[in-house]
Amino acid sequence: MRQLMGTKIGMARVFTEDGMQIPVTVVQAGPCPVVKIKTHESDGYDAVVLGYGATRNSLVSKPVTGQFAKAGIGPTRYLRELRLDAPPELKVGDVWTVEDFAAGNLVTVTGTSKGKGFQGAIKRHGFHGAQKTHGQSDRWRAPGSIGQSSYPARVFKGMKMAGHMGNEKVTVRNVRIVDIDAEKNLLLLGGAVPGARNGLVIIKG
Amino acid sequence: MSQEILRDVEKKTFTEQKAKFGPGDTVRVHVRIKEGNKERIQAFKGDVIQCRGAGAGATFTVRRTNAGVGVERIFPLHSPVLSKIDVLRRGKVRRAKLYYLRERTGRSARIKEKDRK
Repeated sequence: MRQLMGTKIGMARVFTEDGMQIPVTVVQAGPCPVVKIKTHESDGYDAVVLGYGATRNSLVSKPVTGQFAKAGIGPTRYLRELRLDAPPELKVGDVWTVEDFAAGNLVTVTGTSKGKGFQGAIKRHGFHGAQKTHGQSDRWRAPGSIGQSSYPARVFKGMKMAGHMGNEKVTVRNVRIVDIDAEKNLLLLGGAVPGARNGLVIIKG
Repeated sequence: MSQEILRDVEKKTFTEQKAKFGPGDTVRVHVRIKEGNKERIQAFKGDVIQCRGAGAGATFTVRRTNAGVGVERIFPLHSPVLSKIDVLRRGKVRRAKLYYLRERTGRSARIKEKDRK
């Protein structure tokens, strides 16, 4: 189990030898230094804490600065944990890079989806909307009935209605690594990946 | 910065020589075709009627008339399947998309040759 944090750069395409075009998302990932190792004895569970993205000391809160000082690592913009089943054979200061992955690997990618704001039921939940003709007015995009009548006399929790859409954690599994550029710390991931450009993505595999 | 990285990634797919022709030119496109485990090269000759897109996604359309039937093929400019593109003739045209050729046959469908200097 390895994990990298990265920045989504954007999408591009690559050709295969026989002329097929593969859409890829370019992610600049790592290097991610190990900042802390958590073990069952000390923390109740096994995990590694990884950092990503150089930053200034003044942008990091004091308690976190202490963690970096203890590890002897410069401050990073992001800190994330990777939970493990067994204590890792790593030590603080080890670095994970894209070279820990290989082209052809399947990985799990997590990002924060683009915020869409307050959206209606059609865009948010894929409702079909109503007829535009046959005497309809003002109800093309209405959600329709949201429940019954005097019993239960309320709307059930979780009813699909209009509301805030996007800007939430989205995970995509079985994303294929098409290519790796170790020199520039780039991963080319097959297909789309959640999030906007320059957003943080977490690659696990 | 990030856009530069994207451009670099796409640049890797680029092959040489390509894109030295434009709409109105007559070209012969050599396409590698795989049949079973044998590979051969098929040529497609015609007039370029459009070039579109930028970067790795750029394509061009070649039109030819075969036994009175117009045939158009769209090729990805940077596809590794194209082994060679010969420019046979430079055409003199006044627009970028030569769709008007589709409605024409015979003499009126000709493209004047550009004067060589």
